[in-house]
Amino acid sequence: MKTVNRNLAKRQYVVIGIFVVIGVVYLLKLFSLQVLDKSLKQSADNNVLRFVTQYPARGKVFDRNGELLVYNEAVYDLMVVPGQVKDIDTLEFCRLLGLEPEVFTERLVKARKYSRVKASIFMSQIPKEDYAHIGEILYRYPGFYFQTRTLRHYPMAIAAHTLGDIGEVDQAQLERDPYYKMGDYVGKSGIEKYYEKELRGKKGLKVVMVDVHNREKGSYLDGLLDTLPSPGKDLYLGLDAELQAYGEKLMHGKIGSIVAIEPKTGQILAFVSSPSYDPNLLVGRARGTNFAALLNDPDKPLINRAVSGTYPPGSTFKMVNGLIALQSGSITPATRFHCNGPGTTPIKCTHHHGGSPDLANAIENSCNPYFYEAFKTTINNPKFGNIKKGFEYWRDMTWKLGLGHKFDTDIPSELAGNIPTREFYDKIYRGSWNSVTIRSLGIGQGEILLTPLQLANIAATIANEGYYYPPHLIRAFGDSTAIPEKMTTRIETGIERRHFKVIKAGMQSVFEGSHGTARSSKIPGITAGGKTGTAQNPHGDNHSIFIAFAPVEDPQIALSIIIENGGYGSTWAAPIASLMMEKYIRGSTERTAVEKRMMDGVINYSRKKK
Amino acid sequence: MTDRNSIIGKVDWPLLLMYFALVLIGWCNIYSAGLSEGSHPIYDMSQFSGKQMIWIGVSLLLGFIILLLDAKFFDAFAIWIYVIVVFLLVVVLVYGKATKGATSWINLGGGFKLQPSEFAKLGTALALSSYLGRYDVDLKNRRTRLISYAIILVPAALVLLQNDTGSALVFASFIFVLYREGMPGAGALMLIAVGLVAVFVLTLLWTPKVMVIVLGGLLALTLAYYLLNKKKGLWTMVAVFVAFSAFVFVVDFAFYHILEDHQRIRIEVLLGLKEDLKGAGYNLHQSKIAIGSGGFWGKGFLQGTQTKYDFVPEQHTDFIFCTIGEEGGFKGSLVVLLLYIGMLVRIIRMAERQRSDFSRVYGYAIAGILFVHVAINIGMTIGLVPVIGIPLPFLSYGGSSMLAFSIMLAIFVKQDANRLNVL
Repeated sequence: MKTVNRNLAKRQYVVIGIFVVIGVVYLLKLFSLQVLDKSLKQSADNNVLRFVTQYPARGKVFDRNGELLVYNEAVYDLMVVPGQVKDIDTLEFCRLLGLEPEVFTERLVKARKYSRVKASIFMSQIPKEDYAHIGEILYRYPGFYFQTRTLRHYPMAIAAHTLGDIGEVDQAQLERDPYYKMGDYVGKSGIEKYYEKELRGKKGLKVVMVDVHNREKGSYLDGLLDTLPSPGKDLYLGLDAELQAYGEKLMHGKIGSIVAIEPKTGQILAFVSSPSYDPNLLVGRARGTNFAALLNDPDKPLINRAVSGTYPPGSTFKMVNGLIALQSGSITPATRFHCNGPGTTPIKCTHHHGGSPDLANAIENSCNPYFYEAFKTTINNPKFGNIKKGFEYWRDMTWKLGLGHKFDTDIPSELAGNIPTREFYDKIYRGSWNSVTIRSLGIGQGEILLTPLQLANIAATIANEGYYYPPHLIRAFGDSTAIPEKMTTRIETGIERRHFKVIKAGMQSVFEGSHGTARSSKIPGITAGGKTGTAQNPHGDNHSIFIAFAPVEDPQIALSIIIENGGYGSTWAAPIASLMMEKYIRGSTERTAVEKRMMDGVINYSRKKK
Repeated sequence: MTDRNSIIGKVDWPLLLMYFALVLIGWCNIYSAGLSEGSHPIYDMSQFSGKQMIWIGVSLLLGFIILLLDAKFFDAFAIWIYVIVVFLLVVVLVYGKATKGATSWINLGGGFKLQPSEFAKLGTALALSSYLGRYDVDLKNRRTRLISYAIILVPAALVLLQNDTGSALVFASFIFVLYREGMPGAGALMLIAVGLVAVFVLTLLWTPKVMVIVLGGLLALTLAYYLLNKKKGLWTMVAVFVAFSAFVFVVDFAFYHILEDHQRIRIEVLLGLKEDLKGAGYNLHQSKIAIGSGGFWGKGFLQGTQTKYDFVPEQHTDFIFCTIGEEGGFKGSLVVLLLYIGMLVRIIRMAERQRSDFSRVYGYAIAGILFVHVAINIGMTIGLVPVIGIPLPFLSYGGSSMLAFSIMLAIFVKQDANRLNVL
């Protein structure tokens, strides 16, 4: 049984005593801390802490030869911590900054809405000169301070579309990635956007104490909490700056594009979209105005035609049909089809070469009837059972050749182009169609649309005799980390090498044969293969197209040229292609007359476009 | 039997009002502590204050349900509640080990996590009260003591295995219960514990040099007393005292003049004389600046600057007292401390008026738990106690602690309202 002890009830006073004594000790300590100790109030009141973001230097961009393409230049952002702004002469401050008082209030309200205690950008990108004289009297305006930032600068002012630009981070990105704070700069287009994570580096933080006079009193806790920024990675592109600049000069006065690829690696050597613009226009405080002007330009200079433009390939597609016909066993290199010149049906020939050419001859002469017949023979090949199966085989092969889909590497705003599907024809012809219905595909017209990048890749694949690397811009990172595996993975087309050799020979005779459509653009001393294209299109005069590679024995460059509404492939595209190849391989050209004619040639689009 | 309609008239309103006041103060300060990012309303569900509002609502609802339940329920089911929380502690330990994650949480999905250690204190309090409330137990018996130890130490050990030292420490609070229920030696144990705390506090309040001298003096006096009892001469006592004082000064001299700087700093950090600003000492330093900067009157609600930055990582949970100290000043600290002391005293007084042993033991148990929480949490923010992460009852952000403390209190209020029905 329990012993009942009334004395135990008295123990409550000991317990209560302990509670009260400890409580009183705590209150005494709090009194000494909060009321008696002045040093803590000093450190809290007089020294406001300022968290200054240390922006890392964004990675620089170089071309394949180490030529500097993009670097950084210092500017200053005026920052504000709304909670620390007090007793300032607003009018005088507005005069100093050249702001309307309403704008001042509006910006302060916006900053306060973001955070009362965290800094936001009050005025961005203040040039060095203004920074100096505002900085002298900024101490009168508590809560405001300068933060160093860097802007991009482009010493050669080339490759605007490829390099892209940076701008202030938008709301969506702010919410998606906690790394960014309002007012941060991020890549908006081009490689600036694709390699944002590599280029941006890592921000650092410096905690400094600021006294009542808005003057920095030095590092807080001896820099214990500070973190150093780590600079972004430098990028080395496959681009050849000199070739790029040369291409841009050649494209002067013309609308179109040049894409040059190094066949052995898939690296882009030149990436010209014309009209272009000076990338320095989209930097700094004039960015907004300049951007609007470019956006409203009827020639649409902001569009990267090399990947966002899709064109009917015309005769440059004939190699594709030739290769598929060979691989499917529907023709041999010796197979001949009859050509009646302009009188041939159902597709007439635009040339008067006469007779019955074989495959190589047909490429040299760009014989339309030959490739229509080759296409027809392929899709009607009895081994497929019926034309629809044959057509599906044909389409699969174009896919393997890199057509009708994106390469999806580091090239932004790429389009897939269009290779029509069997379902498409079933739908528009209600299931009843044959090789005559879709005959235009045989000569690269009809529904086929390719990007200049895909065209250049065809040239690279032929140069490689059967494979390609997905075209990409990056060559290496500054810190030697590996570039994404996808861009170094060799893609096989599934077409045998011997077939490519036939096609290559045909393309070489385009330059060298007596009837070659580009014989006037032959490069003395350099063997090259090419193919002209004169693409009919609904927008006006024919597009002048050319794809090529050189030297034939050991191809170092493969390219595509498109001059919108430029007429025959041999008129503009072929000479420009020959100059580009010569420039890349030899460094210069002796054909100065051709060079001058191409550079000075301006196409009057008001008469050529519909 | 309980008349359910008159429960409102029977509850102890002074205790409940102190509870409401603390909860309200906590909620406002959680809102203020979370205001560093822009401005948002206090009920914004994406913010801590909005989520805490839900927890407060759920706590009030559960508390009300408890008041409507039969008072005997908790005594009758105490052992089962205890078994369940011990089981949950084992689950969290096994589950935590398996996922290599935090070992003190059970993920309930939907962003809600349960911290069983918060409920373990409640379960232990109930089980101990139920056991000691039986007619056939007496702490004078060894068997009773051993079973009591087991009830306390099993969950404490499991919590300790989760690396939650702070929560494990709270189980020491049951010493108050054992003392009140007449366990031999509990009083001495409790006084030694309080004495150690006092020495620790005084060491931090005074300079170590003074402390060494005072301790040396005390030790000398004790020795002297011992020697006098043995009827030894006065001179021996003086000699011992002089020798001891000399030793203190030798140590002092050696410490400041013979040791190399880096050696001395290492010892200072070890003894807690110098703040380790990179680790826990950083929180303490910031916390003291924040509280100290409040002054007597405080900076005003929502006007704090120190607590608005991300200085103290746990400012809405374990360091919520910083916000109170900064924005409320000494005035605010005083109000909060008086509310806690008032609440503790009220619980003890109420415990003593219970007719059932279960209710009395339970009252002492929860008073002890609350006391240890408050003493460690506030002591930590003002540098009297090492940084141990446990929540401040009713004030800190967190669903598990809010629920556990509210249920704990509601059960006691129910027992008290029912006391006249106990024969």
